Amino acid sequence: MTRLYEEERLGLLLRILRPAPAGWVQAAQELPAARRVLDEIVARAEADRAFRAALLADLEQALASEGFEPDRRTLDEIRERLRPS
Amino acid sequence: MSETRVQSAVRADGELLARCRAGDQDAWTELVERYSRYVYAICTRGFRLNDEDAEDVFQDVFTRVYTRLDTLRDPAAFRPWIAQLTRRRCLDTLSATKQEVAAEHEEAEESAELAEVEEAYAVREALATLSDMCQDILDRFFTRDQSYKTIGEELDIPSGTIASRIARCLGRLRSELEGRNEPSEGSGG
Repeated sequence: MTRLYEEERLGLLLRILRPAPAGWVQAAQELPAARRVLDEIVARAEADRAFRAALLADLEQALASEGFEPDRRTLDEIRERLRPS
Repeated sequence: MSETRVQSAVRADGELLARCRAGDQDAWTELVERYSRYVYAICTRGFRLNDEDAEDVFQDVFTRVYTRLDTLRDPAAFRPWIAQLTRRRCLDTLSATKQEVAAEHEEAEESAELAEVEEAYAVREALATLSDMCQDILDRFFTRDQSYKTIGEELDIPSGTIASRIARCLGRLRSELEGRNEPSEGSGG
Protein backbone atom coordinates (compact mmCIF):
# COMPACT_ATOMS: atom_id res chain seq x y z
CA MET A 1 0.00 0.00 0.00
CA THR A 2 1.34 3.40 -0.92
CA ARG A 3 1.54 5.82 1.95
CA LEU A 4 2.16 9.53 1.73
CA TYR A 5 5.14 10.85 3.61
CA GLU A 6 5.74 14.47 4.44
CA GLU A 7 9.42 15.23 4.60
CA GLU A 8 9.15 16.39 8.19
CA ARG A 9 7.68 13.02 9.12
CA LEU A 10 10.40 11.23 7.21
CA GLY A 11 12.95 13.11 9.28
CA LEU A 12 11.20 12.03 12.48
CA LEU A 13 11.12 8.40 11.37
CA LEU A 14 14.79 8.47 10.37
CA ARG A 15 15.67 9.74 13.84
CA ILE A 16 14.00 6.73 15.49
CA LEU A 17 16.57 4.21 14.29
CA ARG A 18 19.64 5.78 15.83
CA PRO A 19 22.85 3.81 16.12
CA ALA A 20 23.09 1.65 19.22
CA PRO A 21 26.08 2.50 21.42
CA ALA A 22 29.23 1.32 19.66
CA GLY A 23 30.37 -0.77 22.63
CA TRP A 24 27.10 -2.72 22.68
CA VAL A 25 27.32 -3.45 18.98
CA GLN A 26 30.95 -4.51 19.26
CA ALA A 27 30.20 -6.84 22.19
CA ALA A 28 27.40 -8.47 20.21
CA GLN A 29 29.63 -8.82 17.17
CA GLU A 30 32.27 -10.52 19.32
CA LEU A 31 29.80 -13.09 20.63
CA PRO A 32 31.20 -16.00 18.57
CA ALA A 33 34.66 -15.54 20.15
CA ALA A 34 33.14 -15.12 23.61
CA ARG A 35 31.12 -18.31 23.15
CA ARG A 36 34.23 -20.22 22.13
CA VAL A 37 35.98 -19.10 25.32
CA LEU A 38 32.95 -20.07 27.37
CA ASP A 39 32.74 -23.52 25.78
CA GLU A 40 36.47 -24.02 26.28
CA ILE A 41 36.25 -23.14 29.97
CA VAL A 42 33.25 -25.34 30.61
CA ALA A 43 34.78 -28.28 28.73
CA ARG A 44 37.97 -27.95 30.73
CA ALA A 45 36.04 -27.74 33.98
CA GLU A 46 34.22 -30.95 33.09
CA ALA A 47 37.53 -32.72 32.43
CA ASP A 48 39.62 -31.23 35.24
CA ARG A 49 38.26 -31.51 38.79
CA ALA A 50 40.85 -29.17 40.28
CA PHE A 51 40.05 -26.49 37.72
CA ARG A 52 36.33 -26.92 38.36
CA ALA A 53 36.88 -26.61 42.11
CA ALA A 54 38.92 -23.45 41.60
CA LEU A 55 36.19 -22.00 39.41
CA LEU A 56 33.51 -22.78 41.96
CA ALA A 57 35.59 -21.27 44.75
CA ASP A 58 36.35 -17.98 43.01
CA LEU A 59 35.33 -17.84 39.38
CA GLU A 60 36.83 -14.49 38.42
CA GLN A 61 40.13 -15.15 40.18
CA ALA A 62 40.46 -18.63 38.70
CA LEU A 63 39.78 -17.37 35.20
CA ALA A 64 42.11 -14.40 35.59
CA SER A 65 44.93 -16.68 36.68
CA GLU A 66 44.38 -18.67 33.46
CA GLY A 67 44.45 -15.54 31.33
CA PHE A 68 40.70 -15.32 30.73
CA GLU A 69 38.85 -12.06 31.26
CA PRO A 70 35.25 -12.74 30.31
CA ASP A 71 32.58 -10.07 30.59
CA ARG A 72 29.81 -10.19 33.20
CA ARG A 73 27.34 -12.01 30.97
CA THR A 74 29.85 -14.71 30.14
CA LEU A 75 30.69 -15.07 33.84
CA ASP A 76 27.00 -15.46 34.65
CA GLU A 77 26.62 -18.13 32.01
CA ILE A 78 29.69 -20.03 33.20
CA ARG A 79 28.25 -20.00 36.73
CA GLU A 80 24.98 -21.31 35.37
CA ARG A 81 26.62 -24.08 33.38
CA LEU A 82 28.84 -25.13 36.29
CA ARG A 83 25.88 -25.37 38.62
CA PRO A 84 25.10 -29.01 39.48
CA SER A 85 21.99 -30.15 37.62
CA MET B 1 6.96 -0.61 1.21
CA SER B 2 7.19 -2.18 -2.23
CA GLU B 3 7.16 -5.94 -2.69
CA THR B 4 10.56 -5.78 -4.35
CA ARG B 5 12.15 -4.15 -1.33
CA VAL B 6 10.65 -6.73 1.04
CA GLN B 7 11.84 -9.60 -1.13
CA SER B 8 15.27 -8.07 -1.36
CA ALA B 9 15.51 -7.68 2.42
CA VAL B 10 14.37 -11.26 2.99
CA ARG B 11 16.91 -12.55 0.48
CA ALA B 12 19.66 -10.55 2.19
CA ASP B 13 18.62 -11.97 5.57
CA GLY B 14 18.55 -15.50 4.15
CA GLU B 15 22.05 -15.18 2.75
CA LEU B 16 23.37 -13.69 5.97
CA LEU B 17 21.76 -16.37 8.12
CA ALA B 18 23.17 -19.14 5.94
CA ARG B 19 26.65 -17.66 6.20
CA CYS B 20 26.26 -17.19 9.97
CA ARG B 21 25.28 -20.84 10.33
CA ALA B 22 28.43 -21.77 8.42
CA GLY B 23 30.48 -19.93 11.04
CA ASP B 24 31.28 -16.84 8.95
CA GLN B 25 32.30 -14.13 11.45
CA ASP B 26 31.91 -11.36 8.86
CA ALA B 27 28.31 -12.41 8.28
CA TRP B 28 27.57 -12.32 11.99
CA THR B 29 29.16 -8.88 12.23
CA GLU B 30 26.92 -7.72 9.39
CA LEU B 31 23.79 -9.29 10.87
CA VAL B 32 24.38 -7.50 14.17
CA GLU B 33 25.04 -4.25 12.33
CA ARG B 34 21.86 -4.71 10.28
CA TYR B 35 19.58 -5.25 13.28
CA SER B 36 21.31 -3.35 16.09
CA ARG B 37 19.41 -0.10 15.53
CA TYR B 38 16.10 -1.94 15.35
CA VAL B 39 16.64 -3.87 18.59
CA TYR B 40 17.94 -0.74 20.28
CA ALA B 41 14.90 1.28 19.18
CA ILE B 42 12.46 -1.33 20.47
CA CYS B 43 14.21 -1.27 23.86
CA THR B 44 14.61 2.45 24.25
CA ARG B 45 11.73 3.92 22.27
CA GLY B 46 9.18 1.13 22.35
CA PHE B 47 9.62 0.28 26.03
CA ARG B 48 11.64 3.24 27.30
CA LEU B 49 14.14 1.02 29.11
CA ASN B 50 17.00 2.76 30.84
CA ASP B 51 20.50 2.27 29.42
CA GLU B 52 21.45 -0.53 31.79
CA ASP B 53 18.32 -2.58 31.16
CA ALA B 54 18.42 -1.84 27.43
CA GLU B 55 21.99 -3.09 27.22
CA ASP B 56 21.09 -6.31 29.03
CA VAL B 57 18.18 -6.94 26.68
CA PHE B 58 20.26 -5.98 23.64
CA GLN B 59 23.04 -8.45 24.49
CA ASP B 60 20.64 -11.17 25.50
CA VAL B 61 18.69 -10.87 22.26
CA PHE B 62 21.81 -11.25 20.13
CA THR B 63 23.06 -14.11 22.32
CA ARG B 64 19.76 -15.92 21.79
CA VAL B 65 19.89 -15.25 18.06
CA TYR B 66 23.42 -16.62 17.91
CA THR B 67 22.69 -19.74 19.91
CA ARG B 68 19.52 -20.47 17.92
CA LEU B 69 20.84 -19.82 14.43
CA ASP B 70 20.31 -23.45 13.51
CA THR B 71 16.61 -23.23 14.25
CA LEU B 72 16.04 -20.23 11.98
CA ARG B 73 15.19 -21.70 8.61
CA ASP B 74 12.76 -19.17 7.16
CA PRO B 75 14.50 -15.87 6.41
CA ALA B 76 11.15 -14.12 6.07
CA ALA B 77 10.47 -14.96 9.71
CA PHE B 78 13.72 -13.50 11.00
CA ARG B 79 12.73 -9.88 11.53
CA PRO B 80 9.38 -10.68 13.17
CA TRP B 81 11.20 -13.23 15.32
CA ILE B 82 13.92 -10.86 16.53
CA ALA B 83 11.28 -8.19 17.15
CA GLN B 84 9.14 -10.58 19.18
CA LEU B 85 12.16 -11.81 21.10
CA THR B 86 13.15 -8.24 21.92
CA ARG B 87 9.64 -7.25 22.99
CA ARG B 88 9.36 -10.31 25.24
CA ARG B 89 12.72 -9.60 26.89
CA CYS B 90 11.73 -5.97 27.42
CA LEU B 91 8.50 -7.10 29.09
CA ASP B 92 10.41 -9.57 31.26
CA THR B 93 12.74 -6.79 32.34
CA LEU B 94 9.87 -4.46 33.16
CA SER B 95 7.95 -7.14 35.02
CA ALA B 96 11.03 -7.89 37.13
CA THR B 97 11.13 -4.33 38.32
CA LYS B 98 7.69 -2.77 38.03
CA GLN B 99 4.75 -5.16 37.82
CA GLU B 100 2.19 -2.49 37.12
CA VAL B 101 4.18 -0.96 34.28
CA ALA B 102 4.67 -4.38 32.75
CA ALA B 103 0.95 -5.00 32.75
CA GLU B 104 0.34 -1.74 30.96
CA HIS B 105 2.94 -2.60 28.35
CA GLU B 106 1.61 -6.10 27.88
CA GLU B 107 -1.81 -4.71 27.07
CA ALA B 108 -0.28 -2.21 24.71
CA GLU B 109 2.34 -4.40 23.11
CA GLU B 110 1.36 -2.92 19.78
CA SER B 111 1.77 0.60 21.12
CA ALA B 112 2.10 3.69 19.01
CA GLU B 113 5.82 3.78 19.79
CA LEU B 114 6.34 0.22 18.59
CA ALA B 115 4.31 0.92 15.47
CA GLU B 116 6.57 3.87 14.78
CA VAL B 117 9.65 1.69 15.18
CA GLU B 118 8.21 -0.65 12.53
CA GLU B 119 7.49 2.28 10.24
CA ALA B 120 10.98 3.62 10.85
CA TYR B 121 12.40 0.24 9.83
CA ALA B 122 10.52 0.41 6.54
CA VAL B 123 11.94 3.89 5.97
CA ARG B 124 15.42 2.58 6.77
CA GLU B 125 15.00 -0.20 4.19
CA ALA B 126 13.92 2.37 1.61
CA LEU B 127 16.92 4.50 2.52
CA ALA B 128 19.17 1.54 1.70
CA THR B 129 18.02 1.71 -1.92
CA LEU B 130 19.30 5.29 -2.39
CA SER B 131 22.82 6.32 -3.40
CA ASP B 132 25.62 5.92 -0.88
CA MET B 133 25.84 9.73 -0.65
CA CYS B 134 22.15 10.09 0.17
CA GLN B 135 22.30 7.31 2.76
CA ASP B 136 25.35 8.86 4.34
CA ILE B 137 24.14 12.44 4.40
CA LEU B 138 20.67 11.59 5.76
CA ASP B 139 22.12 9.27 8.38
CA ARG B 140 24.64 11.85 9.52
CA PHE B 141 22.06 14.61 9.74
CA PHE B 142 19.08 12.77 11.21
CA THR B 143 20.50 9.96 13.35
CA ARG B 144 23.97 11.22 14.26
CA ASP B 145 22.90 14.84 14.72
CA GLN B 146 25.86 16.17 12.76
CA SER B 147 25.85 19.85 11.80
CA TYR B 148 26.01 21.07 8.21
CA LYS B 149 29.57 22.16 8.96
CA THR B 150 30.66 18.74 10.20
CA ILE B 151 28.95 16.93 7.34
CA GLY B 152 30.56 19.29 4.85
CA GLU B 153 34.00 18.80 6.33
CA GLU B 154 33.77 15.04 6.64
CA LEU B 155 32.30 14.47 3.19
CA ASP B 156 34.41 17.19 1.62
CA ILE B 157 31.48 19.07 0.13
CA PRO B 158 30.54 22.74 0.59
CA SER B 159 28.50 23.13 3.77
CA GLY B 160 26.30 25.65 1.97
CA THR B 161 24.97 22.84 -0.23
CA ILE B 162 24.11 20.44 2.58
CA ALA B 163 20.56 21.67 3.16
CA SER B 164 19.66 21.36 -0.50
CA ARG B 165 21.26 17.91 -0.71
CA ILE B 166 19.28 16.77 2.32
CA ALA B 167 16.09 18.07 0.75
CA ARG B 168 16.82 16.27 -2.52
CA CYS B 169 17.66 13.02 -0.75
CA LEU B 170 14.49 13.25 1.35
CA GLY B 171 12.54 13.75 -1.86
CA ARG B 172 14.07 10.61 -3.31
CA LEU B 173 13.38 8.69 -0.15
CA ARG B 174 9.80 9.86 -0.24
CA SER B 175 9.48 8.77 -3.87
CA GLU B 176 10.89 5.36 -3.02
CA LEU B 177 8.44 4.91 -0.18
CA GLU B 178 5.50 6.08 -2.19
CA GLY B 179 6.46 3.82 -5.07
CA ARG B 180 6.75 6.58 -7.61
CA ASN B 181 9.11 6.42 -10.55
CA GLU B 182 11.20 9.52 -10.53
CA PRO B 183 14.37 10.35 -12.45
CA SER B 184 17.49 8.68 -11.13
CA GLU B 185 19.73 10.52 -8.73
CA GLY B 186 22.38 11.79 -11.07
CA SER B 187 25.19 13.69 -9.42
CA GLY B 188 23.18 15.82 -7.03
CA GLY B 189 23.03 13.32 -4.12
